Amino acid sequence: MNSVIIYTVVSLSSLGALFAVILFVVARKFRVFEDPRIDQIQEILPGANCGGCGFAGCRNFAEALVKADSFEGLNCPVGGASLMTDAAEILGREAVLTEPLIAVVRCNGTPEHRPRTSNYDGARTCTIAHSLYTGETDCSYGCLGYGDCVVACKFDAMYMDPETGLPVISDEKCVACGACVKACPRTIIELRKKAKKDRKIYVSCVNCDKGGPARKACKVACIGCGKCVKACEYDAITLENNLAWIDSMKCVFCRKCVTECPTSAILEINFPPRKERSSEPAETTAGKTE
Amino acid sequence: MLKTFPIGGVHPPENKISADKAIADLPLPSQVVIPISQHIGAPSATEVEKGQTVKAGQLIAAAKGYVSANIHSSVSGKVTKIDQITDSSGYKKTCVVIDVEGDEWLESIDRDERLVSDIRLSGEEIVKKCLEAGIVGLGGATFPSHVKLSIPQGKKCEVLIINGVECEPYLTSDHRLMIEKPDEIITGIRLLMKALAVDRAMIGIENNKPDAIAILREKCSRQEGISVHPLEVKYPQGGEKQLIKALINREVPSGGLPIDVGTVVHNVGTAFAVYEAVQKNKPLFERIVTITGKSISNPGNYRVRIGTPVSHLIEAAGGIPETTAKIVNGGPMMGKALNTPDVPVVKGTSGIILFDKQESVRPASGPCIRCSRCITACAMGLEPYLLMVLAERSMFEKAETEKITDCMECGSCSYVCPAGRPLLDYIRFGKSQVMKMMRERKAK
Repeated sequence: MNSVIIYTVVSLSSLGALFAVILFVVARKFRVFEDPRIDQIQEILPGANCGGCGFAGCRNFAEALVKADSFEGLNCPVGGASLMTDAAEILGREAVLTEPLIAVVRCNGTPEHRPRTSNYDGARTCTIAHSLYTGETDCSYGCLGYGDCVVACKFDAMYMDPETGLPVISDEKCVACGACVKACPRTIIELRKKAKKDRKIYVSCVNCDKGGPARKACKVACIGCGKCVKACEYDAITLENNLAWIDSMKCVFCRKCVTECPTSAILEINFPPRKERSSEPAETTAGKTE
Repeated sequence: MLKTFPIGGVHPPENKISADKAIADLPLPSQVVIPISQHIGAPSATEVEKGQTVKAGQLIAAAKGYVSANIHSSVSGKVTKIDQITDSSGYKKTCVVIDVEGDEWLESIDRDERLVSDIRLSGEEIVKKCLEAGIVGLGGATFPSHVKLSIPQGKKCEVLIINGVECEPYLTSDHRLMIEKPDEIITGIRLLMKALAVDRAMIGIENNKPDAIAILREKCSRQEGISVHPLEVKYPQGGEKQLIKALINREVPSGGLPIDVGTVVHNVGTAFAVYEAVQKNKPLFERIVTITGKSISNPGNYRVRIGTPVSHLIEAAGGIPETTAKIVNGGPMMGKALNTPDVPVVKGTSGIILFDKQESVRPASGPCIRCSRCITACAMGLEPYLLMVLAERSMFEKAETEKITDCMECGSCSYVCPAGRPLLDYIRFGKSQVMKMMRERKAK
C-alpha cells in the first residue's frame, strides 16, 4: 500500500521536474523580446482603437511609434499634440506635430433647401441607398441622411438632426479619426484644419453638376460660378468639376468668398456677426446695449 | 409532368392584366432622349453633333470595344443637345436629345410588314448584322448579342435555347410578341441557329401562356429542329441557368457561362430583333413595352421607340392614377422604382408598372427568425440570410466563398421573408463590392 503511494509521488514529481526543465529551456530559447516601451506608449494612448492613426488599433500604433525612426507621418488624432509630445519624450525622439483637424459635413441640403422628390423604403443605410439610386432628392451627390456616419463615430461626436436630416458634428467631441469620412458612401465629410475658436469657412456642397441642374436640385448648391475663386486673394480656392473647394491650410478666414457666393453655399461658422453687413450700424449697437 | 428547375422558386400572383391587349404603335413623342449606354459593357461613342439632322435608324453612337453595342436614332429630326441627363438609374448619363420632325426612316430599311423567310446570309454575316444593328439581349440584361453569338474557341454549342418564359408577373410583352409575330420569331430563331451553327433549338414557354404555346407549336411543326416546351409556372424560370436546367437538365458551373454546357440562350424578343435586323435591315430602335398596373385605365403593350419618355407611355395608357405610389421599370420582382417618369425607355425596358400604395410599400424590417424560407426559395442554392449578414458586416471575403456572385438578384428571398428583411438590397451591395474586389485582384 505504502509503496503505491511512494511510486506515485516519485513518478509524478519526476515528471513535473522534467516538464519544468523543458518549459524553462523553451521559454529561454524561444523568448520573444518585446520592447517595454511599447507598453509604456500604449498606456498613454486613448485606447479607443478607432483607427484614426491608420493602424488597426492602439497597440499597433504604439509598436509603429517605437519602431519608427522619426515621427513623420505618425499621429494620434485623438490625443493630439500633447500626447505626441509625451510619446516623443518617452522614446527620446523629436515630436513632429501635425495640424489638428476636424470633420466637416459638406452638405446643407435641408428639406427647405433641397425638396424631397421621392420616397425611399429600402434598407435604411446610406451605403445601400447609394448603391441603389440617387436618393430622395434630385441631388445625386448630397447627404442621404440615414446616418452611416453617426453609426461609425466611436466618440459620440455626431447625431442626426431630425429637422435638417443632416448629421451634426460636435466641435468638442470630434477627434478627427476619420471613421465617418470612410463610412460616407458619397465622401461628403471632409477633415479640415481646426482653427481657433472652432471657426470654419467651407463650401458646404459636393454637387459636381453644372449650375442649372445643381441649383434646381438644391437652393444652396455650389453652381461652380467661380466668383469665390476670383475673390480669394490667397489662392486658397480651386474650382474643379463645377465645384469650388477651399483649402483649409491656405485659408486665412477673410470671409470675402462668403459674401461673393450667389447661392450661399459657402458657410462661415463660429464668427462674430459682421459689422459691415448690417444696414444701420447704429441699430446694431443699440441692440447690443439692450 | 411539366419540366421545371429543381431547387427553389416562388409563385407570386401572376397579374398578367395586359395579356389580351394587342401590340399597338405608340404615337411618336415630340422629343426623344437616347442614352449612349443602354447595354452591359462600355458606353458607345457619339457619332452625331448638335444641330445635325438624323433619320430613324441612323447610327448615333458607335460601339466602343468588343462588349458594347451600336445605338441608332429612333426618330427623324434634329439633334438639339448632347448632355448629361438623368436616365432610369437616377444618375446622369450622356444622352442624345432629338427633336422629332416627321417620321423618315433610312432608305435601306424595309418597312414592309410582309414576312421574309429565306435566309441568304452566312453565319458570320448574320453576326455582323447583329453587331451593326446594335442588338442586345431584350430579356432585360441587355448583354450585346453578337458576343453571345461568337462562340469561343474550343467550345461547342449543341442546342439553342429560346427564352419565352416571361416569368415576371405583370409583364406580357414577350407573350404578345409570340402570339402576333410567330413567323418572324421562328425566322429569327433560324437565323440564330445558322449563326451558331446548331441544328436544334428549344423554345421554353411557361404553361400560363397556352395560346402562345399552341401557335408556336403549330408553326414549328413545319420547321425541322425547333421544338416548343411548355414549362411549369414558377419564378424565376426565365433565369438563364434555371431555364437550361429545366430544358436540358444541365447545370451551368459557378462563374461559368451557358456555352460551358453547350448551349446559348436568347430571348424571343431578341430573336424578333435579329429577324428585323437581318431580313429587314432595321437596327434596334424600338421594342415592345408593357404598361400595366391595377389602377391604370388602359393597360397595354406598345411598340415604343427607344428614348421615348416613360411619361409619354403612361399618358397613352390613361395617365398616372392618383393612387399611384410607385412606378417600377421592369418586372415587379427585379425591376427598379423610378425617381421620376421623365426618363427614357431604353433597350432593356420590358415593362412599366404603376403600383398603388398598398401593393408597393415594403413591410418594416425585423430581425431574422431563422425560418430558412429564403434558402428554400433561392433558385441558385445560396443562403440569402447569411449573404445579407456578411454584406451588412462588410465581410466580403467570406461572402465571396459563399458564392455571392452566383446570385442573379431575382428577389425571391426578399419576397418570401416573413420578417420583411431587405435581403436583396444587401446582397446586391455585397455582390458589387465582391465583384470590385475580384476586379482589383485580377488587375494586380
